[in-house]
Amino acid sequence: MYRIRFHGRGGQGMKTASRILGKAFFLEGYEVQDAPRYGAERRGAPMFAYVRASKEQINERGIIRHPGLVVVADESLIAVPAAGVMQALRSDSILLINSMEKTKLWQDRLNFKGRIIALTQSPSGKGWDEMRFIGAICAGGAARLAGVIQETTLTLAINEELAHLGSDVVQTNLEMALTAFNELKNDTGIVKEGKPVRADDYRPPSWIELSWEDPKLSAPAIHAAATSEKLITGQWRTMRPVIDYSRCNRCWWLCSTFCPDGAIHLDKERYPQIDYNHCKGCLICLAQCPPHAVSAVAEPVAEAQKREGE
Amino acid sequence: MKRELLTGNRAAALGALLARVDYLPAFPITPQTEIIETIGAWIEDGKMDCRMVTMESEHSMITAAGAAAVTGVRVFSATSSQGLLYGTEMLYTVAGWRAPFVLVNVSRGLSAPITLEPDHNDIMAVRDCGFLQVHCATCQEVLDSMIMAYRLAEDEKVRLPVIVNFDGFYLSFTREPVEVPTPDAVDSFLPPFDPGSIRFRANEPLSEGVAVLGGAAYSYFRYEAHLASEQGIEVFEKIAAEFSDCFGRSYGVLETYKSEDAEFTFVMIGSFATKAKDAVDRLRDVGWSIGLVRPRLLRPFPKEAIAKALKNKKGVAVIDQNLAAGLGGVLYTELSSVLYNQKGAPDVLLSFIGGLGGRDITPEDFYQIAAVTRKAVEDGETPPPRLLYSEEELLEVRKLQSVARAARQTRGGGK
Repeated sequence: MYRIRFHGRGGQGMKTASRILGKAFFLEGYEVQDAPRYGAERRGAPMFAYVRASKEQINERGIIRHPGLVVVADESLIAVPAAGVMQALRSDSILLINSMEKTKLWQDRLNFKGRIIALTQSPSGKGWDEMRFIGAICAGGAARLAGVIQETTLTLAINEELAHLGSDVVQTNLEMALTAFNELKNDTGIVKEGKPVRADDYRPPSWIELSWEDPKLSAPAIHAAATSEKLITGQWRTMRPVIDYSRCNRCWWLCSTFCPDGAIHLDKERYPQIDYNHCKGCLICLAQCPPHAVSAVAEPVAEAQKREGE
Repeated sequence: MKRELLTGNRAAALGALLARVDYLPAFPITPQTEIIETIGAWIEDGKMDCRMVTMESEHSMITAAGAAAVTGVRVFSATSSQGLLYGTEMLYTVAGWRAPFVLVNVSRGLSAPITLEPDHNDIMAVRDCGFLQVHCATCQEVLDSMIMAYRLAEDEKVRLPVIVNFDGFYLSFTREPVEVPTPDAVDSFLPPFDPGSIRFRANEPLSEGVAVLGGAAYSYFRYEAHLASEQGIEVFEKIAAEFSDCFGRSYGVLETYKSEDAEFTFVMIGSFATKAKDAVDRLRDVGWSIGLVRPRLLRPFPKEAIAKALKNKKGVAVIDQNLAAGLGGVLYTELSSVLYNQKGAPDVLLSFIGGLGGRDITPEDFYQIAAVTRKAVEDGETPPPRLLYSEEELLEVRKLQSVARAARQTRGGGK
């Protein structure tokens, strides 16, 4: 059985990627299961989607353990433990990362024995503008690595899954997906089908008895508001609001009042300061600012600018 | 017949479309919302001729559904979890009216702590309300159960509302290949609702929801509803046989998988039962004599079929994805009540609680359940109920607790 996980952020199109790939397998005559997994729907929050495909009926359910292929649309997720990107990888798992960094760097960084492929994010050299199509790009790459999906089938799957968005959107996504599909042709079919866990050779689960505990501990309460500060939601951003202080009128209330996360405060000179550890990149501040002092910069570009500045 | 990829939610919506539902009172809740959105779009596009009304709560939604059903139109509604519980008062009421309609419940764990992920406490909380309950394990079964459920609810012998239940996430958001019957085929299997005695006309006044004082009348009506529910076994079997003739897929009140000749058996409901099938196959690969029994109908409870399916088994492991606080697993309790005093009842009946709040049940869990069951048979002793919960999981919870405690210390709140 092929077991494939797509990791991305809410809004990046990982559910769509899983559906394109699932449909493509289905059209090739496979039994298929595809599903997204998220909590409360939030743009930018870590989520994943998965695809199972097999010539036999699929009885497995739920989250994929031991995937043959993990596709990462957003490299910033790898450092987020809760995203579970590296969870239960097999030694023969393939990791396909959408990244401007080179494969070698990821190998050193992750100390991962399996094969890593950096999908140098820009099939046509347009850089981060293409994040809009990353779902289709990931699906195209995954289809190639699985090796049993023909180009015509991938095309048909994209046409069917995106038809409701209109022919222009279909066309652009198709071009992106096929570019990734063709770029990886030297790695056709490197993803292997996984075997089921044997019933005579398995690691028994480490079941434990839960015992009674003091309700001060065992009632699900958080006793202070400060815990939310520990969750660095700034990693959810795809676009970073940047304030041009030469244009800021210090009106002092619009951007900070409208910020739904309370991530903008005023300094002593009454200039707004954005807390990038918690700003989720919703860009409401950009929409509200009367003199248009807030602009949106793609995260990796902003990071690069910051590094140059230092 | 066309085979296409559908989520459980879309399969449910398609069931309502093919059943030519007249009226849909609706209120959204995760993970059910996609059903309502899908039908809403079909009505907007003119693909479905149905009156949809968005209500202000599930309590009103169930009331509206029951009220419409007793005027003789075909009614559908859907909810989940907190919504089902919010509407519970009216579940008992409309079942008491003997209002035949179909309600989907997409199972999700109950608050508190609040979650979006599935378990069966929501549907177990309403098991005694008078609705019949059909439990699904695949998206195909969701669609087929929808179509059969209308026949079941509207049958003169039953004439009670039916809940079609399926798991959030593992079915609701999961696409699988589903054979979609043609509208013509469904029309001939499920003709338009013939309300018979159920009708409401301005010139024929009718009072529903009457009060009775004195236990004699009350006992009569409630017991009649119970007897009607029990008729559901025979009626379901008859409908399922016809369904099999029309569409080629067979559904019993139980699904049995390789259990006929098995010494050991898993018993569970819902979508994770397909995982149990995998476990059965893998255990059989290495010489086990094991199978699965999955009650498809939970109300009426298929007592005779269960007793028969489990007769002379050495060991039976019941896996409950619910927890009755202060008691244990609900399915285990119900099975015990069926098997007690039966000749040839299993030597040991073990209780396992797992899958709460969407917690996975792994192949290793199933293998270990089988091993523990075999040991119980060998020792002749039934161990206490076992929560499927690992050391690693407790460690994760400890991390969360340490964050909450750290916050308490820094902020000085409540020692």
